Amino acid sequence: MTERNMALAQLEQGEEAIIQFSDVNKWYGEFHVLKNIDFSVKKGERIVVCGPSGSGKSTMIRCINRLEEHQKGQILVDGIEMNDNLKNIETIRKDVGMVFQHFNLFPHLTILENLTLAPIWVRKTPKKEAEEMAMHYLERVKIANQALKYPGQLSGGQQQRVAIARGLCMKPRIMLFDEPTSALDPEMIKEVLDVMIQLADEGMTMVCVTHEMGFAKTVADRVVFMDAGEIVEANTPHEFFDNPKHDRTQLFLSQILNH
Amino acid sequence: MTIEFKPSPSLPPPQSSVGAVAWIRKNFFSSPLNIALTLFSLYILYLLLPPMVQWALIDATWQGTSKAACTAGGACWAFIGVYFKQFMYGLYPAAETWRVNLALILLILLVAMYAVKAIHKGLLTAVILLVYPVVAFILFAGGMFGLESVETTNWGGLFLTTLLGVVGIVASLPLGVLLALGRRSDMPIVKSVCVVFIETIRAVPLITILFMASVMIPLFLPDGLNFNKLLRVLIGITLFSAAYMAEVIRGGLQAIPKGQYEAADAMGLTYWQSMTLVILPQALKLVIPGIVNTFIGLFKDTTLVYIVGMFDLLGRIQAANHDANWLGTTTEGYAFAGFVYWAICFGMSRYSMAVERKLDTGHKRN
Repeated sequence: MTERNMALAQLEQGEEAIIQFSDVNKWYGEFHVLKNIDFSVKKGERIVVCGPSGSGKSTMIRCINRLEEHQKGQILVDGIEMNDNLKNIETIRKDVGMVFQHFNLFPHLTILENLTLAPIWVRKTPKKEAEEMAMHYLERVKIANQALKYPGQLSGGQQQRVAIARGLCMKPRIMLFDEPTSALDPEMIKEVLDVMIQLADEGMTMVCVTHEMGFAKTVADRVVFMDAGEIVEANTPHEFFDNPKHDRTQLFLSQILNH
Repeated sequence: MTIEFKPSPSLPPPQSSVGAVAWIRKNFFSSPLNIALTLFSLYILYLLLPPMVQWALIDATWQGTSKAACTAGGACWAFIGVYFKQFMYGLYPAAETWRVNLALILLILLVAMYAVKAIHKGLLTAVILLVYPVVAFILFAGGMFGLESVETTNWGGLFLTTLLGVVGIVASLPLGVLLALGRRSDMPIVKSVCVVFIETIRAVPLITILFMASVMIPLFLPDGLNFNKLLRVLIGITLFSAAYMAEVIRGGLQAIPKGQYEAADAMGLTYWQSMTLVILPQALKLVIPGIVNTFIGLFKDTTLVYIVGMFDLLGRIQAANHDANWLGTTTEGYAFAGFVYWAICFGMSRYSMAVERKLDTGHKRN
């Protein structure tokens, strides 16, 4: 049985949600950006979040590791509530990897140093061990030969693969992707998606904001569609693409799929 | 059928765009305006340089014991020669000046050790910041280990200038970093304290602060709680430049994209880890020109200690100008002071440019 199947089997046995949003609301000043979000992710599940820009999808996944604070409702990650308790936030951030639209690699550090920074300082891994692990993940994203270069010397696609490897070095239980391919040239999108598909096949719990509908179709367990700060529809890719329930979903799909 | 795509080979650039002749043409004679400016500059140099060389070198007098010896009509460098020790060390006893030299050589050796790979950089920095100042202070002040005691009132000349400059620079940078971080803090009290400190200090001239430090503070302090004037002045200079430094560094912190802060947070780094490992290395690198600007300003501002009765390089030169034997040597004195300050500040500026190049990782803002 592959890791993936094992994770799915656990899922069917009704294992508890690893991420749980209950009635979450958030405002930017007067602007109500998240409205009554109720939503859960089970261990090993792969969620794709899509929707028009400004719909609150990035804000929602950034609430999971508290890069954004919600003002009402409850978010449980791995059983820990995300609130002002700094200890809780630090504990969760160790276990939740994040990949950003603009990569956000540290330009003053080499690729290898980018990968070993958090393991050494947060996990207190010995330097040698951290470097071996970093090289292992760089191999996996097929970029080990660039380990001693600086991020500025790499292409966008390579930088994003480094960013994914950097997240994996912390051995996270959840990976968050915030539009990981939106800043890439068309030719580089595939190399990043391939890495993400490989990761999904290994059973990683993933929440991914993306406009790549092909990726959603092949990889997602559930697709979540958001508009105006609300979850309009959440369903399996099959139902979502072939039989959308909601008018707004139909309009969105017709606009992004027929061009 | 598919056709294989083969990129055309890269060719060398045309001969007319490389080499010395091309460089001169590009930089001096690229347009009619440029040609006119080049010719005008050459004319100005022709007017200025020969008389300067005549005065400073050809007609100069290098030996002598009074102004009367300078009869050639040129510069009277003999004046600098006679007073040289005083310009360098102030009234530091001549037999003890080796201690100042030794401290300087020690510092140079320690800093040079950064180039040795086998030495642990953190340890070396700790030695320079913690051990060296104690050793240097014992050497300068004496009074123990059989060294003759030398009052700080006798410290002067370039020695005092360097001491004020180096201590001010080394102490104001970390203090400026803390103030800048404090000003950007979410904690209201920390933030207000930093804002009030920075704005108050920047609103006051350095002379006022030095005057406060040397004259006013002793009036307010109870008897017996007085401390050394040099120390008070050092603290004044440090606080003054720390306020400016803080604003320069704040500029650097603001220039770091939000994504860098978020990436550091997202991987679970604590506030101080994210600042020291991710944000500050980038922010400080960005504002090296501004930091060095403040350093150079601070170094030249140390001349103001003359106001509170301390005789640094410029103070010593001004005092020597009143010597009856050497009346009329003001120009030589100021030329010498100008040259020394220029050499040191130019050195700092070139060094900072080298540091910038070394730290450049070819990164472009994303």
